This record gives sequence, C-alpha cells and structure tokens, in this order.
Amino acid sequence: MDCSLVRTLVRRYCAGEENWVDSRTIYVGHREPPPGADAYIPQRYPDNRIVSSKYTFWNFIPKNLFEQFRRIANFYFLIIFLVQLIIDTPTSPVTSGLPLFFVITVTAIKQGYEDWLRHKADNAMNQCSVHFIQHGKLVRKQSRKLRVGDIVMVKEDETFPCDLVFLSSSRGDGTCHVTTASLDGESSHKTHYAVQDTKGFHTEEDIDGLHATIECEQPQPDLYKFVGRINVYNDLNDPVVRPLGSENLLLRGATLKNTEKIFGVAIYTGMETKMALNYQSKSQKRSAVEKSMNVFLIVYLCILISKALINTVLKYVWQSEPFRDEPWYNQKTESERQRNLFLRAFTDFLAFMVLFNYIIPVSMYVTVEMQKFFGSYFITWDEEMFDEDTGEGPVVNTSDLNEELGQVEYVFTDKTGTLTENNMEFKECCIEGHVYVPHAVCNGQVLPDASGIDMIDSSPGVSGREREELFFRAICLCHTIQVKDDDEVDGPRKSPDSGKSCVYISSSPDEVALVEGVQRLGFTFLRLKNNYMEILNRDNAIERFELLEILSFDSVRRRMSVIVKSATGEIYLFCKGADSSIFPQVIEGRVDQIRARVEHSAVEGLRTLCVAYKRLIQEEYEGVRKLLQAAKMALQDREKKLAEAYEQIEKDLILLGATAVEDRLQEKAADTIEALQKAGIKVWVLTGDKMETAAATCYACKLFRRNTQLLELTTKKIEEQSLHDVLFELSKTVLRCSGGLTRDNFSGLSADVHDYGLIIDGAALSLIMKPQEDGSSSNYREVFLEICRNCSAVLCCRMAPLQKAQVHAPCPLSLASDWGIVKLIKLSKEHPITLAIGDGANDVSMILEAHVGVGVVGKEGRQAARNSDYAIPKFKHLKKMLLVHGHLYYVRISELVQYFFYKNVCFIFPQFLYQFFCGFSQQTLYDTAYLTLYNISFTSLPILLYSLVEQHVGIDTLRRDPSLYRDVTKNALLRWRVFIYWTFLGVFDALVFFFGAYFMFENTTVTSNGQIFGNWTFGTLVFTVMVFTVTLKLALDTHYWTWMNHFVLWGSLLFYVAFSLLWGGVVWPFLSYQRMYYVFIQMLSSGPAWLAIVLLITVSLLPDVLKKVLCQQLWPSATERAQNTCVRWQDHLPELTPLASLQSLHPSAAWPGSHSEQVTSLCWESKEHEAPAHGARLSLSRRHPSWKPCFGGPPSGDG
Amino acid sequence: IDYTGTDPSSPCSKCLSPDVTPCVCTINFTLEQSFEGNVFMYYGLSNFYQNHRRYVKSRDDSQLNGDPSALLNPSKECEPYRSNEDKPIAPCGAIANSMFNDTLELFLIGNESYPTLIPLKKKGIAWWTDKNVKFRNPPGGEPLEELFKGTTKPVNWVKPVYRLDSESDNNGFINEDFIVWMRTAALPTFRKLYRLIERKNDLHPTLPAGRYYLNITYNYPVHSFDGRKRMILSTISWMGGKNPFLGIAYIAVGSISFLLGVVLLVINHKYRNSSNTADITI
Repeated sequence: MDCSLVRTLVRRYCAGEENWVDSRTIYVGHREPPPGADAYIPQRYPDNRIVSSKYTFWNFIPKNLFEQFRRIANFYFLIIFLVQLIIDTPTSPVTSGLPLFFVITVTAIKQGYEDWLRHKADNAMNQCSVHFIQHGKLVRKQSRKLRVGDIVMVKEDETFPCDLVFLSSSRGDGTCHVTTASLDGESSHKTHYAVQDTKGFHTEEDIDGLHATIECEQPQPDLYKFVGRINVYNDLNDPVVRPLGSENLLLRGATLKNTEKIFGVAIYTGMETKMALNYQSKSQKRSAVEKSMNVFLIVYLCILISKALINTVLKYVWQSEPFRDEPWYNQKTESERQRNLFLRAFTDFLAFMVLFNYIIPVSMYVTVEMQKFFGSYFITWDEEMFDEDTGEGPVVNTSDLNEELGQVEYVFTDKTGTLTENNMEFKECCIEGHVYVPHAVCNGQVLPDASGIDMIDSSPGVSGREREELFFRAICLCHTIQVKDDDEVDGPRKSPDSGKSCVYISSSPDEVALVEGVQRLGFTFLRLKNNYMEILNRDNAIERFELLEILSFDSVRRRMSVIVKSATGEIYLFCKGADSSIFPQVIEGRVDQIRARVEHSAVEGLRTLCVAYKRLIQEEYEGVRKLLQAAKMALQDREKKLAEAYEQIEKDLILLGATAVEDRLQEKAADTIEALQKAGIKVWVLTGDKMETAAATCYACKLFRRNTQLLELTTKKIEEQSLHDVLFELSKTVLRCSGGLTRDNFSGLSADVHDYGLIIDGAALSLIMKPQEDGSSSNYREVFLEICRNCSAVLCCRMAPLQKAQVHAPCPLSLASDWGIVKLIKLSKEHPITLAIGDGANDVSMILEAHVGVGVVGKEGRQAARNSDYAIPKFKHLKKMLLVHGHLYYVRISELVQYFFYKNVCFIFPQFLYQFFCGFSQQTLYDTAYLTLYNISFTSLPILLYSLVEQHVGIDTLRRDPSLYRDVTKNALLRWRVFIYWTFLGVFDALVFFFGAYFMFENTTVTSNGQIFGNWTFGTLVFTVMVFTVTLKLALDTHYWTWMNHFVLWGSLLFYVAFSLLWGGVVWPFLSYQRMYYVFIQMLSSGPAWLAIVLLITVSLLPDVLKKVLCQQLWPSATERAQNTCVRWQDHLPELTPLASLQSLHPSAAWPGSHSEQVTSLCWESKEHEAPAHGARLSLSRRHPSWKPCFGGPPSGDG
Repeated sequence: IDYTGTDPSSPCSKCLSPDVTPCVCTINFTLEQSFEGNVFMYYGLSNFYQNHRRYVKSRDDSQLNGDPSALLNPSKECEPYRSNEDKPIAPCGAIANSMFNDTLELFLIGNESYPTLIPLKKKGIAWWTDKNVKFRNPPGGEPLEELFKGTTKPVNWVKPVYRLDSESDNNGFINEDFIVWMRTAALPTFRKLYRLIERKNDLHPTLPAGRYYLNITYNYPVHSFDGRKRMILSTISWMGGKNPFLGIAYIAVGSISFLLGVVLLVINHKYRNSSNTADITI
C-alpha cells in the first residue's frame, strides 16, 4: 500500500502542479464545458495500455541482473567471483563463476519466460478492439488507444476495457448485470445502475450529444469504493449534479451479462484502473525456517571469516622464518616481493576466503527454491484434498511457506463459511413472541394460508396476523437479492409456479435463506423491476412496492434497511440486523419476549436476525431523502457521512420479530478441530455471532468439550466486576492448574484433563487492548495473553471485523479486530507461528496478517482465497494440510538445510586442515572440477529428491496421530542443538577423511608397483570418501524409499565415478594443466586405497548410526515410536503392545479389519507394478509416488 | 637412512658446506633380514613443501607434453623460472628447477673384500601413463639437442634436459626421474621412488642380509630449509608397502563396532522391556 502511495505521489509530481488535487475532472466525450463552469483544465492521463510485464526487450538483462544480485547470496557469490578474477587465488574463477552463472541463467530464463507470457497477455489485452463513440458514430479502436473521457460501448459478454462510469444501457431501467469473476472471483451477477439523467440516451447520436463533466477521486485500488459527481449540462437549465457511487462504476476486468449493450465514459485507464492498481504484489511472508537458515548462514559466514583470518595469521607467523617463506626451490617473482606487507596479507585473506567460500553453497538456494516450487505442486496435486463438490483442489499461492505449515501453534478461524458450510437454512421465526417453524417436509411449494406453519404458541389475534404479514413482507423486501431468471423477456406476467424456478442470488447467504424460507410461508419475492419490488402474497396476488432507498449493510452498523412505498402510498422503513444493533434502536414491540427467543435460538447454534420497521410519513421521508442525498453527494468522507445519515434514519423502530437461520457445520470440521487440538495447536474461533450461538457451534465442532472449563470474559461479566478483577481472577484459575497441565504435557500424550476454553467478546477485548493513561494496558494485555496461552481454545465472539478500507491503515486500537488479535498473538513473547483461515472478504485482513493465511474457497466469494497463501476447498482439508503436508515439508526442509551445511563442512574442513600441511599457501586439496561440481552435480540431486518425497513417518500415521505434530513445532529440528550436532558431525567426518588419508599417505607406499602418489591423488581420495559418505549419510536418513530415491542416490555415486574416470582418462586439450590425468584410475588400482575408502566411510558414518540407534532406543520421541510401530508391523510381528498403546492413545481411531489387513495396507511396499488392485488410494499413489501410503525401511544400525 | 648430515658424526656432514663440489659421501648400514622379492629404493625429503601453491602450479603441462609453441613460450605460471637470459627455460617452473639431483649407489659388502654394486633399474619408476602420454618430448626425428634448441636449462640444473640420460627413451621430458619429481607430493614429508632392485632369480634373495654401504653424490641442499634427506629400501606386497595405519585402524574400528554391537544388543533388550511397560502404563 505504501508503495502505491509513493507511486501516486510520484505520478502527481510528474504530472505537474495542476494535477495536485484530490479529484479529477473528466469531460465526457472531450467536450469542453459551457462557459461559466470551471475553467477547462486539460489534464493528462495515461493511455489505456496495461503493462504488467516487468522488463522490456532492452532492459531485460541489466534489470534482471540487478534484481538478482539484490539477493544477498547472489551478491556474495558475485563478490567471490570478482575477487577470484582480480587477485591471484587458489581456485580459478570458473569454480565459482560457473555455478553462479548457472543459477543466474536459470533464474533469468524462468523470469524471462514468465515476462514473455505477461507481454503476450498484455499485447492481447491492449490490442483487442473496443467500440467507442466519436462524433456520433461508432468507431473501433485498439484498446490501448482509449483515453480518459472517451465514451465506450460494450456489448454483452464483453469485458470492460477500462473503468467506466455507467451512462446508459439497452435495458430500459438503466441497469446492467455484471460479473466480477476475474476481479474478485465472485461469479454472481451484480446490478449496476446508470446515471439517472443519462440513462435515456440509447443511441450513439444521443450519447454524443451528452454534455457533462465528471468529478471523481484520484484512482485508488479499493474495488468497492468510488466517490464521484457528474454535472450534466443542459442548454437551458443549470447543470444537474448527481452523485456517483460504486454502483455507477463498471470496473475493468468485469464482464457484462444479461444486457445487450451499455455506454459508459472512461474515467480511469490503463495502469490507473482499479484492477491494475490491485495487481501489486502482497508483502512477502518469510518462514521461520528461512529465518533460521539465514542465521545459520551468518554463523557460517563468521566461521568462514575466522577460518580465513586464522590461516592468514598463521601463515605470517609461519613465514616469519625466511627459509619457509621463500626457500631456494620456490622463489617469488619480483612483483610479489615488492608488494607491501599489508596488501599481501589482505590478498592472502581474500584468497583464503575464496578457498573456503564453498562452505556457503550457491546450490543451497537453488535447491531450496526448487524444493519449495515442486513441493507446492505436490500439495496442489494432492487428490485427497480435491473437493468433488466444487471441483476444486488446493491452490498454493505462496510456495515459500510450505514448511511453515508444520510450525503452526495458533489457528485463527472464522466461523461462518469456514467451520460451517455457509449453507443457510431458514429454521424458525418469532413474531411478537410467537414462534413459527416452517414445515420440515415443505418441499418448496407455496403453501396456502397458515397451514404450513406450526404454531408453537397460541394463535395470534387479528392484529397479530397483521403484524405477521408485515413481518413476512419486511423479510421479502429488506434485502439486496437479485432474481436470476432463466427467461428475462417473460415479463411481469410470470405465473406463480414459474416463480419457483427463479434463483436468488445474493452476496449474503442469510438473505437467500430468509427469502426462501418466507417463500415457504407464502410470500414470494418475484423481482425488482424499475425500482418496484414485486411480491406474491399468500393470496397469489402481486403486491408492488416502490423501492425508495436502500441503506446498505455494513459490518459496523451490522444492519441494513430499505425504505419502500407500498401501493397504497404508505412509506415503510424495514430494518434487519443483528439483535445487538437493532434492540437499542427499538422503541416499541415485545422486546423482552423476542430477546428471550433470540437467545434461545442462539444457544441452539442458530444465526439470528431481528426485523423492525417504522412507518414514515411523506415529510419525514423527504427529510430522509435529503439527508441521504447530501451524504451521497459528498466527495470527501462520504462513507462517514453516509454512516451518520444511516444512524439518524434507523432509529425509533418498532420491533417485529426475529429470524433464526441454521448454518450447518462443515463435514469433518469437528474431527479436524479435535485433531488440531491434539496436535497442540491452539484454535481460536473468531466470529461476529452472538456468544451463545458461537459457543454452541464450538461445542458442536468439539472445540469445547464436556470437560472443558469455560472461562468467560464478556461484557456482562465486566459490568459486574471491574476488568482488572476479572482478568486476575481468571489468570489465577488458569495458573493454579497449569502446574498440573505441564506435568501432563510432559508425557506428551495426556488427555488434557484441565482443559480451558476462553470466551471473550469484542467489547471486552477492546477494553483490554485499549491503551490507558496510566499505562496499565500493557499489563492487562500480558495477563490476557497469559490466560490465552493456557487455554486450548479461545472463542472470540461479537468481533467487529475490520473494514476493508482500514486494513492498511494503522488500526485504531479501540476497534478490536481479527487483525488485532492475530497481531497480538504474533507479537507476543514467544513469537508463535499463527495461521488464519477464513473464507470471506472480512477475513482478508486476518489472513494477510497471520504468518500463514489460508483461504477457504467458499460462498462469500474468492477474496479470501485470492489473498491467502493457500486456498483449500473445505475446512477439513486443513487437517491434512497441517498435519501431513506441513509436518513433512518442515521435516524435509530442515533436513535439507542441515544436510547442506553438513556436507559443505565435510567439503571444506579438509581444505582447512590441508593448509597446515602446505605452508598456508592456499593450495586446494581437490581439483577444480571437483570443487565446481561437488555441490552442483555430485551431491545435489539426492538431497533434492529426499526433500521432496521423504516421509519419515507415513501419511496415514501422521493423520491418525496428530500428537506427532508436537514433535516439530517451535522449529524443533532447526534448533541450535541440532545445528551444532550436524556441524560437529561434519567436522568429525572431515577429520576422519583428512587424517585417514594423511596416515595412509605418510611414509608408505600404497601401490603394488612401488610408484608414488602425489597431492592430487591425496585430494581425490579424500574427495571420493567424502562423496560416498555424504551420500550414504543421506541414505541412512531416508526412511521412505522409492525407485527414484534409489535411482538418484546410486545414480549420483555412479555419476561421480564415471565422471572421475572420464575426467582423468583423457588429456583434455582445453585445459592448461593435466594434473588429474589418470589420478583416479591409479588410485583405484591400489588395494590399500580401496581398503581405506571402505574404512573411512564406515568410521565417519559410525557416530551418526550410533546416535540414531541410541536415541531411538533410549529416548524415543513420539515420531520415532510411530516409526518403530510401523516397522514392527512391517516385520509382520503382530505384537499386542504397540497396537494397544496406539489404541490407548487414540480411542477415537477406529481399527477396522483384521490385523494382517492393516499390515498389508499400511506397509504396502513401493512396488507399484506388483500391486495393481489396491483400490483408489493406490491409483493415486501411482501417479504421485510421494503419496504412497507406505513406509520405507528403518535406519538400520549395523552395531 | 638419513643422510642429511646435520649430525657432525655423519659422513655426509662435510657436504653441508657449499664449497665442497662435488661432494661424495658414504654411509654404512646393515640389513638384519634379507629382502625377498623386488626391492624399491626411495629417497625421502622432509620439510620440503612440494605442495606449496606457488610451487604446485609452477609448471607448464603443455610444454611437458611436447607442444612446440609452449616449449619456446612457457606459461606465465612458471615465473620466476620462466626464462633465463632471454631464453625460455625448458622445462620451466619451480618444480623442474628444484629437481632432486643426488646420485645414490648401493654396494653390498659381501664376505669378499670388494663390495659389489647392486644394479639399480631406473625405468618403471614413473606412472606408465605419465611417461607415455602426459610427458612427451617435442615432436620431430632430430636428436633431442636440436629439438630443445632455443631453450635453456633450468637455473639450478647442471645439465640441460636433453642430457638427463644417455638412453633416448629415458631422456628429455620423458626421463623417469624427472617425471617422478614432477608429481608433486601431498605432504611436506614425502618419499619418491628412486630405483628398482629387481629380483634376479628365485634362489637368491634380492638383497641378502649383510652390510651395505650407500654411496651418495651429495648435490641437493636441504639444510637451508631445515630439511632432511633419507634413503629407504622397501619391499612391497600386492597390497602395497608396509602400512601399519590401515591394519591398526581396521582392528580398532572392528573391535569398536563389535563392542557397540554388544552394548546395543543389551540396550535393545532392556529397551524392549521398558518400552512395553511404558506403553502399558500410558
């Protein structure tokens, strides 16, 4: 957002001083206004060219290089490369230049290709033809030549070429339908309205005669906000001023539907369209793994520098005796002698740096990138996460966060649409305290009279009946539903029966449910036509109401109203909204009864809405109209003024009744939540619903269980006591038992007897968050956090979701929001990883704020999914996403990172040691080719494959046993202890390689013909042992073997041997030296070399094997236990104990079938060609070998 | 057998001073056991950093491969041993320049009064591939002297490269002593194969037990850098020379593995019991 602000500023400055205004004036059809109006200021706007590409043909290379070298790692390697070019270094520039060049080229090709695609798309977009009006004629022009002020004609099913103000349409009522599927994914048709004064212009000539100016705000990216004003000049009268809102604006990218053609005037073009402004990328999220990786890199950089420093110092100490510095057999050149000492020392330092620079490998970045890239594809391909109902699978928007899914400690979930299906069903209504329940068996028929209604209370009197009908009418009228007819031209004389076929479309499923429910009670909403709403009442008569105003819904007011005029001329205001927002405005009606009923419904988990009305007399309405008109006309602060106006209008209401709508839980939502809680993840439900409703839902989805002790922190309670007392009392309760809790946690498997659930409502939360003068707020906040940390589940109800526009602005603290909560937890002391999941636009702020944002592709549009890092079709998929994918990817990437450091320690440490034996002369131990290819080809593929397909525990086990997730949270596998272990393992191995080779070479002959090996053979021996050790170490760590693992692992060893044979077997004419000639072959011809290789590999692998076996046997973690369990099954040892233990762990897990069946299905070996008939899951496995429900062999201790 | 001569009692100590040229010294030694099979005679140097970077790269492989252009215009890497008196040095570089040039002769002092010279074979000490592929004299049928025309000998050499040996297939760049020297050692203490003593027939040991003396033409100065020179006689099995390291290491690793195996077995046994109980209690 900041970025766009800066851009706007820059643009304004560039455009010149006169553009420095908050609004722009557009001259429709480029006609100057008549004299007397504002001075005509020709403004310059960009043309309609869309440029989404980053590079042009000319600037690609410099710009791309610049972009790439902005990455620290690339820059580091560039520096190393330059140092190698400039000074005399031990290794040739090729060794670091080639990998760098490779990496840069691959990235550049990838980016170039993507950019080329963008160019193609841009061109297609810019060159598609557009009809627009010039001098009363229709002209076709390329889209990119469109200018602000042009009048454009768009036909049905065409997309709008730029942001237009809707002037007129072919439909008589001046409306058109639009889908914004490509903008925000909402496929429902939205109605837009033409400007009142221009909707009569239907032909090109008419429109060309239009003389008007439009004033509107400067472009801004909010899709749903537009403020403007149109001045229509007539020859006779004063200019007519009309407000313009977002309902008059047609956005670029949207598609015209159900309307033959429309005319509009271009106001924002090209890069200033709202769509283009929304292109900007979201802020990059970085995973915890990446952070620790960077820390480790810094550690290694320090190691590198200190190594170089030590060697430089030692070199000069050692050289202080002249016969060592320059013995007679090895003299310096003149120029070398003349260089001054300091410069020499510095060059030496740099040379050592270059020598050891491989400790930070180029290829690690590439491998990590590739792992993430392919990994995200693997998630996308997961067929178990494919939802058949919607035909959609998971979508990965950010591949950088795969491993973060394995680190989640807090899940913030939206209730509606995420936990629940958002598939509303009208359950009951309460009118004046009488409860009506639509017939359960009612099959959508229009039921005559009250026979379709179960009267729970006594039947109403005549006035009650009147009220009842008013109530139904209110529900029928107070909404923003559109009717999607199959046949539009049928006209008003549509038969009542065909009314059933019509489909209601609305952005809010509650409304649809209500209208459909009322339809069953006898009132059918037919259509909205020419500002008249038509209802079919119980007597099959059509009632027409003129729609005067809509006071649209917003999440702050939490209610909406319509003002209608009935056929008899009475003006009503119907208001519908959440009980909390209606009750204060009510002056009449059986408030208490209805309130009781509402609360009763809420406890049952139903969503309640209250309906109220007010009769307006004509004068009142005039006042209202003026008020609204004034507010709508405002250019600045229109939102605020509108809200104020609404507030004034919606008061002194008469309560009619309440409705209750059921929102069913999504399938397996309870199962998922339970699993998440078992996995040690704290689940917070954030909802705008009533506390009782939300609590009921939470019980239903097992967020709270029977033994959960509920702590309430609600407004009611705070009213009784002071906030201070409540907070401290709660924290005392929690902390008293937390001792017991931790003890239970220690065993890791406790059933969490003391399980706390916290319920907090928005008002209380805002009290806690509110900064206070005496600074005690931070204290409150900490106490609150303390409580929250000890609760396994938190329910926040009555949350006012932060309004979209406020997302980017610093949020006022008094407004407690999802965003605020997420931020609160995120910034708390332990910096836990948070995940937010939601489906609606109101969850976007939360999704963007959390470490990982997951969007559910739901009914409320795709906005959440678009802004999320991951989008999944259903809430239940979160379980697999976290417990399986997250866990596996975390394990994989941590192993990847650690392994990379390990293998480079192995690689470089012998070099370091060798310096002590070669007079600190920076002599390399290995040949240049080996130096270059070690990280690129000899050891890169196995770890990449490992990091893609490794399953240290099988998928089924992971899913069945969520507590395994606890083993990896808090970055467990990348802690310092583990890191140091790996580093020391690397150092140990390096010592073994080097001194093994050293003792073998010292004072002895190793060939059978007495000939002597030189230094290159020494290096090659060390290198060979190293390549084998490092690869076999990976093989030891691999639990899950596929044929690909075997292929790549043994293949890369084979490749090493083949390469060495070839490299040493030929005199390469392009090399200036032939130092490797026959070295490898000679080495292999020597018996002791073979013996030494075998010995050294064994010795260097021994401690790791030992550690593994010991840890597994003595202090097994839950993960290892799970591994063991499976291993035992695999061995067909049907022992009772492991099974019993597992069953006792998971009483909920059912174990169908006999034991042997489980063995075969669980531990199905990776021989897919042998087992073709294993059902659907296995067919999946065949497609993606990584998803095989099978385990590899255990690490075999050879002790 | 160390013959550096730092010890004043050593017969070679007189050679430490540069004045005595040529310096010939003789060292007596006794073989307690007779050497069966082929015997390999090595010279060993210590504290000689053949693996110094400046040293290692100071050679021109294409010159050594007989490339005529590189012969007259050696690589820059050879500096400061690239040219002498405006003539290119062949073979150039520090390695070649510092070639080992002591001559060792071995005499058996038998029962007879006069010692017998042990015949030393000087071919077959270098890698076959080095001698036949990697190192080549400049092409042409003319005598070597002609081929090396326009070049000069390395500064420290006494004879030019084409006079290294009398035999034509062991002269010039393909002189095996030279090739052996050119394969730089990995460590500052190293040995290089000097001569072979071939077994003549099965009846007599190659070197019978007895007293020998080593006749050294002492040219190579090592005293300046605190170096040592040795002569080593060694027999070799199919597994190469005597290598205590491998044996000891194998025994050590083997016994450690065995020990660990036992320990782990015990642990495993215990663990099973404990884990079972643990599983039940949970």
